[in-house]
Order: sequence, then C-alpha cells, then structure tokens
Amino acid sequence: MADDPLVLAEGLTKRFGEFEAVAGIDIEVRRGEAFGFLGPNGAGKSSTMRMVACVSPRSGGTLSVLGMDPDTDGPKIRARLGVVPQQDNLDNELTVRQNLQVYGRYFGLSRKHVRDKATELLEFAQLSDRADDEVDPLSGGMKRRLTIARSLVNDPELLLLDEPTTGLDPQARHLLWDRLFRLKQQGVTLIVTTHYMDEAEQLCDRLVVMDKGKIAAEGSPAQLIDRYSTKEVLELRFPPGQQDPAPVQDLGERVEVLPDRILVYTTDGEASLAAAHTRGVTPVSSLVRRSTLEDVFLRLTGRTLVD
Amino acid sequence: MPGPTAPHPWQARFLVVESMWIWYRRNWRATVVSTVLNPVFFLVAMGFGLGSQIQPGAATGGYGYAVYLMPAMLAAGAVQNAAGESTFPILSGFKWSRVYWGMTATPITPAQVATGQLLWILFRLVFSGIVFVIVGAALGVVTGAGIILSLVFAVLAGMAFAAPLVAFAATIEGEGTAFNPVFRFIVLPMTLLAGTFFPVTELPALVRPIAWITPLWHGTELARAAAFWNLEFWPVAGHMAYLLALTGIGAALAVRNFRRRLGV
Repeated sequence: MADDPLVLAEGLTKRFGEFEAVAGIDIEVRRGEAFGFLGPNGAGKSSTMRMVACVSPRSGGTLSVLGMDPDTDGPKIRARLGVVPQQDNLDNELTVRQNLQVYGRYFGLSRKHVRDKATELLEFAQLSDRADDEVDPLSGGMKRRLTIARSLVNDPELLLLDEPTTGLDPQARHLLWDRLFRLKQQGVTLIVTTHYMDEAEQLCDRLVVMDKGKIAAEGSPAQLIDRYSTKEVLELRFPPGQQDPAPVQDLGERVEVLPDRILVYTTDGEASLAAAHTRGVTPVSSLVRRSTLEDVFLRLTGRTLVD
Repeated sequence: MPGPTAPHPWQARFLVVESMWIWYRRNWRATVVSTVLNPVFFLVAMGFGLGSQIQPGAATGGYGYAVYLMPAMLAAGAVQNAAGESTFPILSGFKWSRVYWGMTATPITPAQVATGQLLWILFRLVFSGIVFVIVGAALGVVTGAGIILSLVFAVLAGMAFAAPLVAFAATIEGEGTAFNPVFRFIVLPMTLLAGTFFPVTELPALVRPIAWITPLWHGTELARAAAFWNLEFWPVAGHMAYLLALTGIGAALAVRNFRRRLGV
C-alpha cells in the first residue's frame, strides 16, 4: 500500500471550451518525494494542480489521488491534502491566528485541536509575534508563510504548492525553502509548480517540464541537464551585433547566438575557450559555467515570450 | 496515522456559517448603522415625524401610523439587509477576499459554501430583526406577541430576495457596478411602493402588479397580519408559497452558480 503512487494520471486532459490547457499528460508521484512542474506561463501547470487538488474536474483521461477518484471522492481526498494556491486567499480581516483556526475547522477538526495546532504552526512559520495582528498589513513573505502554515493545519500527506515563492525577496524565498525542506524530511510529499529554475533545483527530486499543455521532459534535475544540455557552457560576450558564430561553430555540441553573447554548449568549457582564442576570436569577456536547469528549460520551451 | 475525514454535509454548512460569525464578531460595529439604525431612522422619521400628521383610519387598520408602520418596516428592513448581504460580500468572496476559493480547497464543497452563505444571511436577518423588534417595543409601537411571527415572515421575505440575488451575485465578474441597478431600480422602488408606507390599493391600478411581484409586498402583508392578529388561511398560504418558491428557486440557482464558478 505504501508504495502505491499518491498521484497517478494517464492521458489527463483539461479543456476550457476550444482551448486545451492540459493535453493528455501521464504523471506518477510517489510517497515522500518532491515532484516539480516546471514550465512557462500558460503551460498548463496550474490547471494540472487544480485537477490534482480535486477542485477542477478533468475533461479526459484518468486521475487517482491518494488512491481515490477526484470525481467521486473529492471531499474525502481534499481532507488529506494541503493546498498553497498561486494567489493568497487569506481572510485579511481576521487575525493571523484566526485564519489558521477557521481553516482548520473546515476540516471538521475540534476547536481545541485547531487552537493547539495554530500555536504550533505559528511557531513553524515564525509568525508567533504577529499571531493576534490582522493579516492585511503583513508583508508578502509573511502572508505566504501564513498560507503555507494554513495548508498544514490538517497534517496533510500531500502538499500542493502553486508557485510558492513568486514575488518574494531572496530572504523570504530562502526561509520558505527551509520550511519546505523540513516538511519533506518529515515525510510529506510535495508537488510544486514553479518557473524558477533555482527553486526547482533546490526542492525537487524529480520534475517534468511542461510546455503548451504537454510534458516536454521528465527526470531528476541532474538527469535533465545530462540529457538536454552539456556539462558546461562557455559564454562569449561581444558588443551587441558584433558576434560572429562561424569560427566557434564546431567547438561544442551546440552553439546559440544571443544579441550580446554566443553560448557554446560543451563538455569542457576551458578547452573550448582556449580553442576560440587560438582561432583569433576576441570577446569582450568570457565565462565558463556549469549547465543549469535554465539551459534545459530554455532549450525545451524556447526563448520566445509566450504570454 | 489516519488523516482527518470530510465533515458531514450539514456540519460543513455550519462551519461556513461559523467562519462568518468569527468575522462578524470582529467587525460587527461597521455593520450596525446599515443593518439596525437605518430601519430605526425610517421608523422614527416616517412613523413619528410624518405619522404625526396622519389620522388613524381604515387604511391604517385603525392604528396610529407608527404602529401601522412597525411590522412593515420590520419586513422592509429585512429585505434591505438581504440586499446588502447578498451583493458585495458575495462578489468579494469570489474576487477580492477570495475566501470561497480557500474554503473549497478543503473538504467543503461549492454547494455547501453557497448554502452556508445563505444560512449566514438568514442568521443576520434574524439577529437584526430581533434588535429592531426590541427597539420598536421600547418606542411603544409593538402591539403584542404577534410581532414574533411578523419577524418570521419578515425574514422569509428577506430570504426570498436574498437567495436569487446571491445567485446573481455569483455570476458577477466586474467591480460590482452591476449591483447599482439592483439597488436603484429594485430595492428602492420596492421599499417605496410595496405597501410599507401605505396600502398598495392606493397605487394607480397600472402600478399595482409591480408591487405584487415583489417579495416585500408579500412579506409586508404577512407581517402586518401577524402583528395585528388578523391572519386568514388562504392569503397567508398564498403569500408564504410565493416567498418559499422564490427562496427555493434562488437557493437552487445559487448552488448551481457557485458550483460553476468554483469548479472550473
């Protein structure tokens, strides 16, 4: 039983009228892992999350969450889920503590239980000293932490986070990541959507890259880099418009020309740089770096703006 | 470790009510003027002020004007409060505070949010009505225990207006300007023409049907009949059937519209 996937989808589809937001995807999320949906805006991440959260009926395919069918067992499944929506929906006119207590009551938990749980979660979210303040004046990071704390009020087995750190400053993001790591250590299964590569690399054991409603790639961050990019990237910077890719074309597996740079995807950046120098290429500056998920992402989903 | 299970559907509806009660306990002061004081102002200004110039007669059932006005104002106040509670707060739940979206991420279903919201409006109308009855009694315009039944009928009229309006509010996407015509062309004319201040028979014959379709006219007829204890079976049954039908249809539409909007 424990090895059954928490989420299993086959050919999962979501249509809004003519528009197919999710175009038949297969996913399997196992207990205890942190699973990521990576993709540009409009890729279908949030639609997928809403179907998994059992708030949006699927248009096609099969979906099982915690071994049950969202179409028939929505309330039962939601009782065991935690959801952090993309857009906060805290009650701004209640206090921080009341937000946690009221939310806990929606799960049918006793007043005593939610009182104790609220105190525990305030500690976890580092909000104890703001417990009896109204939510409205809190900073974006605090509201986000409160939303995450609220999603834990029913001790969920599966936590769904839709772009948890969008719009937060670096300090707030790192604090949030730290909290999510702790949850993962406690055995909570996480599903995260994000368009931040560093977030995906930090948090996810396994992820899928979504593009235009489909899954473009799947694997661990390291596997994806291995499969879709080279080990290193050589960046050669030129004054805009003066770069000529011809002399470096064969120095890597792939060369990409940007307005101010040439990127050479190669297994050995230093060697490629030396070769470029001997061929008389004189960039303004150069940089050798490791490939990141961002390189994978841009390769798979393109550099064109989608929205 | 077994996680929590979903609450029973009736418990779920009352949990929605409970969350609104917790909000109300913190913020009730802001609502007192519109829900309690406004009807009192009307009662005092019209009942005692204007009423001092009106002779008790057949049209007022032989009662002084303020006494005649009291049960009708109870109904009018309930309908006005229903209008306030069924418009912007609903839009806010979907659009500004977005609390409905938070609720439906839990075991609570969109249909339970809709019915819980209607239950909460019911409680608000009962509560405001009780306060109004106490004020009326203190002012000496309550004639007997029949006013308790008037209160029940007033709340029924309020719900007959609230339920369809909640259903309508659940379809509004904009900033709520769509509610302006509701207040201007429905709530205000209804308050003026539906028999609160004078019998509908005094209206030109062409205008009377407008009064007859409003829930307030039926509520007013019932509330006055109860207060002055001249209830007759068929009129009471007819008015109640009309109000219950509006409430039932409105509630069904509200459930449908909440489902559509929250379950896309």
